[in-house]
Amino acid sequence: MELSMLFGSVYIFVLAGFVGFQLITRVPPLLHTPLMSATNAISAISVVGAVLVAGSGHDTVTNILGGVAVASAMSNVVGGFMITQRMLKMFKKEEAQKGHK
Amino acid sequence: MDAELIKQVFIDVSYLGASVLFIFGLKGLTAPNTARRGMYFAEVGMALAIIGTLLQASVVTYTGILIGLVLGSLIGVAIAMLTPMTAMPERTALSHACGALAVTLVGVAEYYHHGAALGSGKMIAIGFEVLFGALTITGSLIAMGKLQGIIKGTPVTFKGQNAFNFALFFALIGMFFYLIFVPGQALVFYIMTALALVFGVLFVMPIGAADMPVVISLLNSYAGLAACATGFALGNNILIIGGALDGASGLILSIIMCKAMNRSITNVLFGAFGQVANSGNAPASSADASQRIRELKVDEAAEIFRNAQRVVIVPGYGLAVAQAQHAVREFADILKSKNIDVKYAIHPVAGRMPGHMNVLLAEANVPYDELVEMDDINSQFPQTDVSLVIGANDVVNPAAHSNPGSPIYGMPILEVDKSMNVIVLKRSMNPGFAGIENELFYNPKTSMVFGDAKDTMNKFVHELKHG
Repeated sequence: MELSMLFGSVYIFVLAGFVGFQLITRVPPLLHTPLMSATNAISAISVVGAVLVAGSGHDTVTNILGGVAVASAMSNVVGGFMITQRMLKMFKKEEAQKGHK
Repeated sequence: MDAELIKQVFIDVSYLGASVLFIFGLKGLTAPNTARRGMYFAEVGMALAIIGTLLQASVVTYTGILIGLVLGSLIGVAIAMLTPMTAMPERTALSHACGALAVTLVGVAEYYHHGAALGSGKMIAIGFEVLFGALTITGSLIAMGKLQGIIKGTPVTFKGQNAFNFALFFALIGMFFYLIFVPGQALVFYIMTALALVFGVLFVMPIGAADMPVVISLLNSYAGLAACATGFALGNNILIIGGALDGASGLILSIIMCKAMNRSITNVLFGAFGQVANSGNAPASSADASQRIRELKVDEAAEIFRNAQRVVIVPGYGLAVAQAQHAVREFADILKSKNIDVKYAIHPVAGRMPGHMNVLLAEANVPYDELVEMDDINSQFPQTDVSLVIGANDVVNPAAHSNPGSPIYGMPILEVDKSMNVIVLKRSMNPGFAGIENELFYNPKTSMVFGDAKDTMNKFVHELKHG
């Protein structure tokens, strides 16, 4: 049973990696810094794993480790998305600036 | 149909929705005008995934989760609001460390709870998770220290370093394999985790600050792969998808960065770049010193700019250090008001992380259509009257084309030496981070203005306005 489950996971991993590869090669160098902070926020999806551990109610040690994990993953979710938006807001074209000249 | 089943369907749908929204989010980033909308998609996806997880039947206590969510959000908001754009490389390194810390703690907690009851399959996933996670925590913190200047930016090496690192690496692999067959050996597991932390330090210490774009991208990739491994361990697809997207992104960026330096990943990781450069160049530099440098006064430089029709600005890390981006934009505005064409030439590894210069200039309201990539601008240098190099060094060093003995030989560069005049703003005659002499400075077309880049740019602005 464990083997077929593992294979299913590998299946998803390979396909997701392929989609990621296709998409990210098309991101222009102009946006590489926002890309990095955006993918960083997306990989903070590990908050899901942290929540599962923190909420499992197994024992105190697990709960504490899980709670700290939730906090550090969540700081990336919120910080990552906010800072990406902050950066993207700055990218403007020439016409958009004509107003303040 | 009972309530439990409906809940389970909702959770599955929320994960599926989140995956699709993440992919749309990244698709948005392929163009500047769709990027922000893309990020909204990704944010909604993240919210969906978190809500779905909170509803999971296995989640029975909420105290730890709530404290973590609130505390983490507050820290995230504070970091996002307070980080200046010039500190973006440091913030990125720190966030890799935070992400990796979360993943590692989840792995350790899983191991602590299940221990010997883990099957070999799960042990493989948790092993990867903890190995990648732990080395990314300390590696990123060291990278951050180097970027901040808390730790010396030059490569730190000792005798037999590579041999030692390889030995440590194989010890880690050995312990990992042992645990796969005997998952119950808790002591081995914790020693392995601790050694992976040590490995992260040793792995980044020998790498010079100028190579940080590669290191940051690589650590980005590791953080993603660690999140992926968590997904394997917990049998959770959304974690696998999110981690794989991040892993792919980091990998592609590190490949792009390496290509832009004409170096292999192995050379960046094990080459201790600056060291090689120093020893190889010592005799050559004394010969160069006899050559003449032409120093330029501010009013002379202003005269050259007034008579120009096309000016290309080449920003480098020195611009970021001096925080000269706003002064540069003001300078460019004055030139443009005199009908002088102004463009910016962006080298892929200028600065300390991928896209560093673009973000800084965007912060100063430079329109992004004036930021030109290396391959497009290089053909335009012969028609350029003045190339203004601000705090860039290796990315404009002609030795990359002409001197097969140079450590940067073969690296694609911005060919500023093809323009009519080159003006270089530099703090002093000290060689750049890589410690390589730059013959561009001795070129008869080149003149130098020494001093802080921001100061000099402000003087240019003043001179052009009132001179």
